[in-house]
This record gives sequence, C-alpha cells and structure tokens, in this order.
Amino acid sequence: MTLTTADKALVVSIFGKVSSHKEAYGAEALFRLFSSFGQSKTYFSHFDLSQGSADLKRHGAKVLGALGEAASHLDNLDQALSKLSDLHAYNLRVDPANFQLLSHSIQVTLAAHFPADFTPEAQSAWDKFISAVSGVLTSKYR
Amino acid sequence: RSSDLKHPAPKAKMVHWTAEEKAAIHSVWKQVDVEKDGQETLSRVLITYPWTQRYFSSFGDLSNAAAICNNPKVKAHGKKVLAALGGAAQHLDNIKSTLAHLSELHADTLHVDPENFKLLGQCLVIVLARKLGAAFTPEVHGAWEKFVAVSCAALSKHYN
Repeated sequence: MTLTTADKALVVSIFGKVSSHKEAYGAEALFRLFSSFGQSKTYFSHFDLSQGSADLKRHGAKVLGALGEAASHLDNLDQALSKLSDLHAYNLRVDPANFQLLSHSIQVTLAAHFPADFTPEAQSAWDKFISAVSGVLTSKYR
Repeated sequence: RSSDLKHPAPKAKMVHWTAEEKAAIHSVWKQVDVEKDGQETLSRVLITYPWTQRYFSSFGDLSNAAAICNNPKVKAHGKKVLAALGGAAQHLDNIKSTLAHLSELHADTLHVDPENFKLLGQCLVIVLARKLGAAFTPEVHGAWEKFVAVSCAALSKHYN
C-alpha cells in the first residue's frame, strides 16, 4: 500500500493542525480507545487511565509525536520508525489488532475536532497512513 | 435429577445496556439524518476501503471520491442501511431478532463478507463524530461502538 501525493498532503496538513495539541488530542484518542475497547487497557495496568490524567497526556503526546515524526518521513517510514519498531517487537509486544483500534480512535478524535477537514479523502489518507505506520511497528514481530 | 425441574436451562444471554448507554444511543439517533448520514457513511466505506466496491458493480460510476459522493445509488443504499440500523436502535433489547432476516439475506443471497459490517460501523462512528463534535463524548462514543459491535454480531449470526 502506497500513499499518493494527495494522501501525503492530507496527512501533513491535518497533522499541522494537531501538532500544537498533541497532549490534549493524544490523551483524548487514548481515552476513547480505552472507553470503547476495554481489551486495550491490558497494556496499561500501570497507568492512571482516568480522563485527562497526566499519564494519558504524556503518553498521548508521545504517540502523536511519533506519528508526527512519521508524517515528516513518509518516504522512509522503516528507517524513521526503526527504534519504535524494535521496541514494539521485543519489548511491548502489543497484539497487532490493537493498532487498528487505536487508529480508529485517533480518526474519531480528528473527525470530532476537524469536521470540515476530515473529508472522506482525508479519512482514507489517514487510515492508510496509520496502517503503514502500524505495519512498520509490527514488522519485526516474527 | 429433581433439581433440574426447579432450575430450567437459562435463556440465551441478552446484551445488557446501562441506562446511560440507551440514552446515548437514543439521543444521538434522534439527530441522525438517514438520507444524508447514510450517504456519507456508505461513501466513506467505498472510498476508504475501495475493495468494498466489489459488491456494487451495478451502481455505475464509483471511479473516484467525487463520483462516489454524488452517486444516487450510493445515496439510496446508504439510506436503506442506516434505516435498518435505526430499527436496531429502537429495539436494543432485541437486536438479534430485529436483524435476523437481514443476516440471512447478507449471508445466503448477497454473499457479503461480514468483515464489511465492521468497516461500515467504523465509518458510521466517524460520521457521528464529525456531526456532533465535542458532544460525541468518549462515553457516548463508547455506547455507539458497543451498539455497532452488537449489530455486527447480529448480522453475522447466520453465517455459520
């Protein structure tokens, strides 16, 4: 699956609007994930998962920050995400199904905050983008 | 054993909805426009997951996002799908039987992979998030994810 020029432009432009709200939107995406898909909480038994917690803000910012890094290196995701790929494969070992659930939760967050920008084309671009990132993060699983 | 007479086999478990979940589903449903939101939902499915177009070869021009969004057959079908989900929303304690005939139809006549129900459910949630913004709180969102999952399960029942 490859991102077209149009896809890349949509990823970059919407990320531009997100980048100054990484903590808030990251925390929201995670809280939506945990509220809708309880199985994802099993990886965060050490976290305070209450809405707006410091843990969620810190981790949410980290997740969106990594997506931002990816958005700046769309032509070289393997290299840009190599360390994170190692981390997920050998350390975190999050079941691949969860990446899809988080992707959806991030997209719902974007849709809620940017209804005009999150057009069907933008949804498609972001779904492909996060799917590509997820693919790299699970690429060393076995 | 005599105890069996006092304790007959339990009925199949019903889905348990909290009062808050029911309220969230009903209050959001009141704001749904089956025609407009149905069209947008189905359009998003066909655009984001283009392989789903395999079921719609009779729909005419699906060649790009604009064509899909303006396609009258997509609009009509989106409305039909959302209306059916509305039926399920009005019968939360009975979703399985409400959607039983549609499950049979999709399995035996339309031959639709039930995976597609999940894709449509995801797009519906995104349409609702766009429409309601902050009002689509994580709690309301969670109730709808549950509703979508239960509806997908009901539609998938007849496949095995």
